Amino acid sequence: MTDSIDQSVRFVSVPDYIPTITGLYADGFTMCVDLTAVDYLLHTNRNVPSGVVAQRFEVVVNLLSMAKRERIRLRLQVAEGESVPSLFDIHPSTEAMEREVFDMFGIVFDGHPDLTRILMPEDWDGHPLRKDYAQGRIPVQFKGAAS
Amino acid sequence: MTSTAITSAGAATSEGGQELQSRTDVSQKALMREAGAVLRMSESDAAAMADVATDVGEDQSMIINMGPQHPSTHGVLRLMLELQGETVLRCKPVIGYLHTGMEKTGESLTYMQGGTNVTRMDYLSPLNNELVFSMATEKLLGIDGEIPERAQWMRMLLSELNRMSSHLLFMATNGMDLGAVSMMLYGWREREEVLRFFQKVTGLRMNHNFIRPGGVAADLPAGWRDDVLSLLDMLPDRLAEYEVLMTGQPIWRERLQGVGVITQSEAIALAATGPILRSTGVAWDLRKDMPYLKYRDVEFDVVVGVHGDAYDRYAIRLQEIRESMRIVRQILDKMPLGDYRIQNKKVTPPPRGRIDESMEALIHHFKIFTEGFKVPEGEAYVAIESPRGEIGCYIASDGSSVPYRMHVRAPSFVNVQCLPHMMRGGLVADAVAVISSIDPVLGEVDR
Repeated sequence: MTDSIDQSVRFVSVPDYIPTITGLYADGFTMCVDLTAVDYLLHTNRNVPSGVVAQRFEVVVNLLSMAKRERIRLRLQVAEGESVPSLFDIHPSTEAMEREVFDMFGIVFDGHPDLTRILMPEDWDGHPLRKDYAQGRIPVQFKGAAS
Repeated sequence: MTSTAITSAGAATSEGGQELQSRTDVSQKALMREAGAVLRMSESDAAAMADVATDVGEDQSMIINMGPQHPSTHGVLRLMLELQGETVLRCKPVIGYLHTGMEKTGESLTYMQGGTNVTRMDYLSPLNNELVFSMATEKLLGIDGEIPERAQWMRMLLSELNRMSSHLLFMATNGMDLGAVSMMLYGWREREEVLRFFQKVTGLRMNHNFIRPGGVAADLPAGWRDDVLSLLDMLPDRLAEYEVLMTGQPIWRERLQGVGVITQSEAIALAATGPILRSTGVAWDLRKDMPYLKYRDVEFDVVVGVHGDAYDRYAIRLQEIRESMRIVRQILDKMPLGDYRIQNKKVTPPPRGRIDESMEALIHHFKIFTEGFKVPEGEAYVAIESPRGEIGCYIASDGSSVPYRMHVRAPSFVNVQCLPHMMRGGLVADAVAVISSIDPVLGEVDR
């Protein structure tokens, strides 16, 4: 999955994640429009550019430069259990987005000020958007109610 | 406030870390973060933050819940407010009450069915959701340059009418939240006229699933032009009435001006888009700055504000209805004849009549409606301007007929983050005005 379809995409790994974002910020990519993730559990040996080691998770960051009217997308490879530095200090807009990714994929963001579940209840088991979390497999969990 | 549960500061809450923590449990650094010190404000601004009390004793403040069942929270938005008297010291939106796992559901629906799912996210502008989903799918299919002209103009017509209906509803709810209850009736009445047109075109008032990958589901019905024209003839007078009822009224201005102020740098740092960003004076509109469909071929202005307050956001939306009407008039002049969907057998189901006479048509019909069409491997992000800001759709495809991952960048989800910064130091009575001015749609916040 390397096709970017005339959109600029950059692959990064966890160590050069923050430097890349900082560099892009200085280049005018001042708005972090979106941050999400994909669980490539079923495609761990997908095609990525040479030099990039494909991992199970990909955190996808969409940056926007309003001055240049350009978008750039970062695809950060994250192994299972690996934590990612939070972008909160550079892009405060990622607060809710990183919480959502944590909630849905269980990816931990180091340095996030308030890393709690955002959409699911606090005591929920599992991370629903992971590919090994099948739909309908887990009985409905509601606080204090029979399930 | 009808449904507020009062907990004294310091009492343990049942939701754990999701809730607003009591002041005694929060470090000074975290308090400053909540106060917005991270937003790269100037030193003088940061110093000014200090005059909203930070050394509040445990017995001087209380945390109350506003919502999730509260008429002014536009659904099930729950705000936890820390109050000192009537002043809001801190605020935390707690969301997720309407979470139905739509992104997960999207992974099991074919690209053909996906529209029924995304259209229910932002239920006040369903056509924009369908549009962005369809555009992302078309990008992956590589047919985004081949969509017939008429389909594109129809999409634009529906998208702009949807912007009008959404903003008209904002007028209604904003009026209601601030006590102009008659405005609620007028806003809903005018919106209903737009929805009546949608019903005629798509068969449904909401959740249309009308814009689909490859084009739109059906051609415009006979007499559509007259319907749109009567809509356009009716609305200017009604909008003028709104101006009389609200814009110039001293009470209205008092309630909104200077309330919920956000600065340019804050709005950009928080990735706020749409009327919130424009109210701070940033003329950023994807229709203008990163044009899609045929927005290059129509003339319209991007409405911006100056103060970044709730009044500007109200005024911007009111004026955007007029700009949308201007666009719709141009669309009426320029609407070409031709196909309303792409003639690509792999994507578009064959016409009903062909099924009886052509074996191949029957096979295509069967394949498309049972297993759907396959989309090549790849991933794409497409963004358009919805009434609430940038709505984006990120699809990762693994070559099958369902998206491997379908993510919607919901403008309301991101815009709700502005609430704590807009409310800080304001009055609890203004909280209602601030929520209303964000115009969140909770279906989209929680997805």
